[in-house]
Amino acid sequence: MKKTASNKPKISAEEGKRLLHQMLLIRRFEEKSAEEYTKSKIRGFLHLYVGEEAVAVGVTQSLKEEDYILSTYREHGHALARGMDPGEIMAEMFGKLEGCSMGRGGSMHLFDSKINFFGGNAIVCGHLPMAVGMALASKKQGKKNVTCCFFGEGAAAEGEFHESMNLAALWNVPVLFLCENNLYAMGTALKYTHSEQKLEKKGPAYGIETGSVNGMDLMAVMEASQKAVDYIRKTGKPYFLVCYTYRFRAHSMFDAELYREKAEVEKWKKEDPIPKFSEYLLKEKMISAEEIQEIEGKVEREIEKAIEFAENGTWEDVKDLTRFVYTESQRS
Amino acid sequence: MSKYINLSYRDALKSAIREALKNDERVFLMGEDVGHYGGAFAVSKGLLQEFGPERIMDVPLSESGFTGSGIGAALAGMKPIVEVMTVNFSLLAMDQIINNAATLLHMSGGQLNVPVVIRMGCGIGRQLAAQHSHSWEPFYAHVPGLIVLSVGTHEDARGMLLSALESPDPVILFEYTSMLNLEKEIPEDAGAVDIRQAKVLKQGKDLSLITYGTGVYKCLEAADILAGEGMDVEVIDLRVLRPMDEETFLTSITKTHRALVVEDAWRSVSISSEVAARIMEKAFYELDAPVERLCGVEVPIPYPKHLEDASVPQVYDIVEKVTKMLRP
Ligand SMILES: Cc1ncc(C[n+]2csc(CCOP(=O)(O)OP(=O)(O)O)c2C)c(N)n1
Repeated sequence: MKKTASNKPKISAEEGKRLLHQMLLIRRFEEKSAEEYTKSKIRGFLHLYVGEEAVAVGVTQSLKEEDYILSTYREHGHALARGMDPGEIMAEMFGKLEGCSMGRGGSMHLFDSKINFFGGNAIVCGHLPMAVGMALASKKQGKKNVTCCFFGEGAAAEGEFHESMNLAALWNVPVLFLCENNLYAMGTALKYTHSEQKLEKKGPAYGIETGSVNGMDLMAVMEASQKAVDYIRKTGKPYFLVCYTYRFRAHSMFDAELYREKAEVEKWKKEDPIPKFSEYLLKEKMISAEEIQEIEGKVEREIEKAIEFAENGTWEDVKDLTRFVYTESQRS
Repeated sequence: MSKYINLSYRDALKSAIREALKNDERVFLMGEDVGHYGGAFAVSKGLLQEFGPERIMDVPLSESGFTGSGIGAALAGMKPIVEVMTVNFSLLAMDQIINNAATLLHMSGGQLNVPVVIRMGCGIGRQLAAQHSHSWEPFYAHVPGLIVLSVGTHEDARGMLLSALESPDPVILFEYTSMLNLEKEIPEDAGAVDIRQAKVLKQGKDLSLITYGTGVYKCLEAADILAGEGMDVEVIDLRVLRPMDEETFLTSITKTHRALVVEDAWRSVSISSEVAARIMEKAFYELDAPVERLCGVEVPIPYPKHLEDASVPQVYDIVEKVTKMLRP
């Protein structure tokens, strides 16, 4: 990605196609997951990322291989954008041994240390202090990597959010606090959970450099996160970025959505980041309608492959139930 | 004779909350998603519309903050029902529960009462994986000053909350989410229940099955199966995990001379360890065989169904174990 003077990303046609592919892969993967849930192939809690794709895809573009990522239970999008194998994610959600966490974690606990993806945390805000600690370790080790921590606006009401912001600023550690403000914490709207609803005001109170961006606009997210990451790499200090976004689907598969009007959801669907980005690419003549179809086809095949991989996976033997409680090499 | 009605565990809990809100205007419900969402498990569905936002308070994600606020409100004369969505998140509120709710009466030399009621959804069995499948009954039962109740039956779902609200001391209610849709018959006029004693749910003479929570219906089912095989076991629901009522199970053992304790929680330092120790201390000479236990396997609960099932005692495990104990 080249940058113009204004830091505005200028993408090539090839990059445009790659980005569209990533967003579509997440969208279709999530839709397929919902389907597999109704077939009872996936169980437990399933939180889908539909509508928020531009955030995961946009932010991960500014990250390097050596950067660390931590996320929530709504993390399929972050994992896919990071390059986790769709088959391994699907197998994880099927509970199979071939899953990225050997089937032990399920949808909410995707881990892949090979690509520096540290989960998959299902306790709201539970990963923020750890993100600060990982960034602290980088600092102590003289590493130049950034820790990127995704969380929702609901999490920003927890004490751990405030403790983490303070610690990160106090210790000057290279962490990106990436708040995905989708306006609802489960069924409780922002206005019922935050006295100050402009969340970006919370950063300066801790002396943290802060920005906010329209999370439905991929290019804008890329620009804002690149700016944030550049700042962190240059100064070694934390940054707080609030992305305004919206989830199109229910909080989880158990949610009757009593707390919001259908019309509101429909209104937000007009901001759908995927058609918006496709239109941009079409307008800039970086892609043709046929090429979009080709990408759709490719995504479909990737997802079919992922399902097949998950279906063909194996169930772990019950006799191994107590594995991974303690480090095995220490106990044998 | 009173009429019986069919009620789901969820509706039993809900009707108790409604009754409490109607009976006493100091009572209010506070918790994450109790209002607009209708309750994470639909227990409080419709109550916001019926009672308004002053009585049904949606709170931000801030377990320590809102649980502590509930404790403060109780201290100052209100009767809050604090709902911690699930026991898993109560870890974030534990400081408030233990360092404040459980200790204020003592530290103040008896001056300050904390009549707060804290409800928590809990239980294993819905493939929610390690962070959402905790059994923290033993943690809370460890703490003097708390009254810890396990809602293992529909009658208790209907009645325990009402009795808890009468308590001058803090009460923790463990509610089992896997039972929410389960329907049972209970007396139409069911209401407040005793919250001091364990309960013998089925009489028997061969062995005492001692349990709580989701173990209750499992043990009753196992007892039925065993009866078909000619084994007559007594089933005891502990109900009150602190202060623990030992009389009920000690009396049972003087009749059966054998005991099996069943629970989902991890084996070490658990409720069953406590029960077993008390039997050893107080009924050792009544025993014809060592006390046995069926507990959760000591592993963070894994996601796949077959591993999750293998992590906690199932009905067939109970049947098998009792059979081995009675017909070695
Ligand atoms: C500490 C804690 N409290 C409550 C929950 C239950 N819960 C899961 S997700 C959620 C809402 C979180 O909202 P937000 O942080 O905005 O993220 P979003 O789900 O919108 O992505 C709640 C209340 C939890 N998992 N952890």
